[in-house]
Amino acid sequence: MELVPYLILGLLEGLVTAAVLSLMALGLSLVFGVMRVVNVAHGEFFMVGAVLAWQIASLFEGHPAWGFLAALLVAPPLTACIAVAANQLVLKRIEYDPERTIVATIGLLYIIQQVTLMTYGPDARPVEAPFNQRLSIPLVEWTERGLSLYWPWGLGTTTYKLAVIMAAVMLLTGIWMLMTRTRFGLLMRATQLDRETAQAFGIPVGRVYAAVFGLGAALAALAGVLIVPIQQAHYLMGHDPLLLSFIVVIIGGLGSLPGTIVAALLIGISDGMISVFFSPTLAKIIATLGVAFVLIFMPQGLFGKRGL
Amino acid sequence: MTKSNSDDTKIVETPPITDTMQPNRRQAIKTLAATTTLAAVASTTPLFGRYGQAQSAEPIKIGFQVHRTGIGAAYGRWYNRTTEAAVKKINDEGGINGREVQIVAEDDGTDPKRGAEVVEKLATQHGCDIAFGTLFSHVVIGSAPRAGELKIPYFVVSEGHHVASGMLNRYTLQPGITDVKSQVQAMAPFVNSTLGKKVTMIYPDFAFGHDHRDYFSAAVEAQGGKVVAKIAIPPTESSFTKYFPKIPRDTEVIYHVMVGPAVLTFVKEMGEFFGNSRPEIFGFIDSLEAVDLASPGLEFLEGTYFWEGNPRYAQANQSDYDKAYRAAVGVDNNGASISDSKDVSTYAHMFGCWETLHIVKAGMEASGYAGADDRAKLIEAVEAMTSIPHSYANPQGAKEFNGKTHQTFGHQYITRVENSKLVLAHTTSIADTYYPDEVDYTTQSF
Repeated sequence: MELVPYLILGLLEGLVTAAVLSLMALGLSLVFGVMRVVNVAHGEFFMVGAVLAWQIASLFEGHPAWGFLAALLVAPPLTACIAVAANQLVLKRIEYDPERTIVATIGLLYIIQQVTLMTYGPDARPVEAPFNQRLSIPLVEWTERGLSLYWPWGLGTTTYKLAVIMAAVMLLTGIWMLMTRTRFGLLMRATQLDRETAQAFGIPVGRVYAAVFGLGAALAALAGVLIVPIQQAHYLMGHDPLLLSFIVVIIGGLGSLPGTIVAALLIGISDGMISVFFSPTLAKIIATLGVAFVLIFMPQGLFGKRGL
Repeated sequence: MTKSNSDDTKIVETPPITDTMQPNRRQAIKTLAATTTLAAVASTTPLFGRYGQAQSAEPIKIGFQVHRTGIGAAYGRWYNRTTEAAVKKINDEGGINGREVQIVAEDDGTDPKRGAEVVEKLATQHGCDIAFGTLFSHVVIGSAPRAGELKIPYFVVSEGHHVASGMLNRYTLQPGITDVKSQVQAMAPFVNSTLGKKVTMIYPDFAFGHDHRDYFSAAVEAQGGKVVAKIAIPPTESSFTKYFPKIPRDTEVIYHVMVGPAVLTFVKEMGEFFGNSRPEIFGFIDSLEAVDLASPGLEFLEGTYFWEGNPRYAQANQSDYDKAYRAAVGVDNNGASISDSKDVSTYAHMFGCWETLHIVKAGMEASGYAGADDRAKLIEAVEAMTSIPHSYANPQGAKEFNGKTHQTFGHQYITRVENSKLVLAHTTSIADTYYPDEVDYTTQSF
């Protein structure tokens, strides 16, 4: 196996994984950071986003871009509504008690999964990408006639995969702006720092909680919509991304935005590299082992603050 | 290269077994062959008269272990439709031994642990006469020991080699679908002579995929070819590009077989990986069962070959039996549901349910099956079967059943993708699929 082409392929695959993972893990991290809720049902919001994307896209005839665009605009807010409803009906009633919210979100996980199964059936549903051109990537080699380009076998990506990476970068920038430049971001950060003081200063903590839970779910759903033209919508698809998101959030430091992004890049790219050169199972083993070591040596994560 | 399969109706091969149960066997075949001619008469008889000769008016209960959910769900949906169509046909023709046939379906979630529980539930709670219909090999392997303990005949429709390998027990039979070992052995000469000698195999990482790996490698090497790489992928995987760099550069042929909800992604990403410079590709249709061949991203498959247990698209030489069977199950000429052209069937596998139920009927009638006490007699009657002719009851083609190994043998079809349809390129003989017996279940006690 030649090294350079596969290094590039591993990097590209890793970046796609990292893009999707960072959006999803950011949602999980926000919910934990602000609300102190470990949302086990987070993977199901990812799945709901993907399944809704399939349903919305299948309503449109003609060019696949219209259906996909509609899905991108409609599926995340719809998922957010489901999450806000779950927040009002369940999490609020149990007063966001850490132990009880874990059990409650496990229940939520099964409810969402089974309702999807009963409504949409057990099949994997494809959504056509708005554009999907294969790009062969040339490499430079030194020949007798000087530098020349050549196209190694299997080295390529698609325009859609590149678009997913770009979209994730833009969305992450948007979230960062929201957190640091807006009033809503200020309210969130205040609630995250000290819930009681925030409340004393007149911040509607209940509404901030509902909004954050909805935002977290919408981010997971966005990741789901972005991934569905590459993978397929399926009622069991939320499981693996949930585990990876937890790994990312723990390594990055619970509640830390830059930590989450760095950890997503770390996990995504190492997953791509190790998968390409060794085996995907080994990649998962190493990631999980990484979590164990982080928990032993840096319990607060790479970027987490002590005592948070 | 194209060979007519008009010899489907003739039985030329020597039966792979000999035993002494001639009368029973003849009776079984006679019943099977007579079924079709009886159809017209029986279907005109009023309902109350139809089951008139039955010693007991109780229906015969067939426990159907179905993959309604989990990774086998697409297969489960079509196994269910085929089973319902077969039972309707059997009941319209007067049932079994004059008794109505009833299906008791239970979802196993395509999960081996749940599978064993389902077999138990069917046997003890529902009081089924037999259990039937399991496809995924790990579920069969997980469930068969329980069927043996409960002494309930377990008719699987799985393709795995585990029945004929001797791994299971006397209560487990596979009379309606051929096994992977015989299929891949019949494919190896075609792959080697038509496509190339250096093969890279991509297969799912569980029992069924391991059968492919072991028996295809052996068969290819026997033909003078070589398997240059073996790439195992977990059946629950959802992204595949990362596996493809392991394909060696000198590969001449890709041999792919994949199962699970993400098969379309698998094939699409394979196309994206190769771009314009793909090697020859030979796949088992499992990689695209229940998937429309005209799906975007599959254009690169044009000119590649597939194994099919039964050709999905109605072929130029389509038999009347296939035509009638297609109509009964509700499948159009493109292999999709008549009511929804996007709902593509698992045509290459689901005939096994139809044929198995007709074998059960023939076995119950030959043994005079009256109730659970006659289960051993039913198994002996099925074990006594040999040549099974191509008929409406067996629309996929003629079969040779081996009573010792509990496994049937039959024709295999190789089709080529032309204009996003699968066109028959080669039909193997039944003899191409034989291998020496590895077990004699008839020596085990009941």
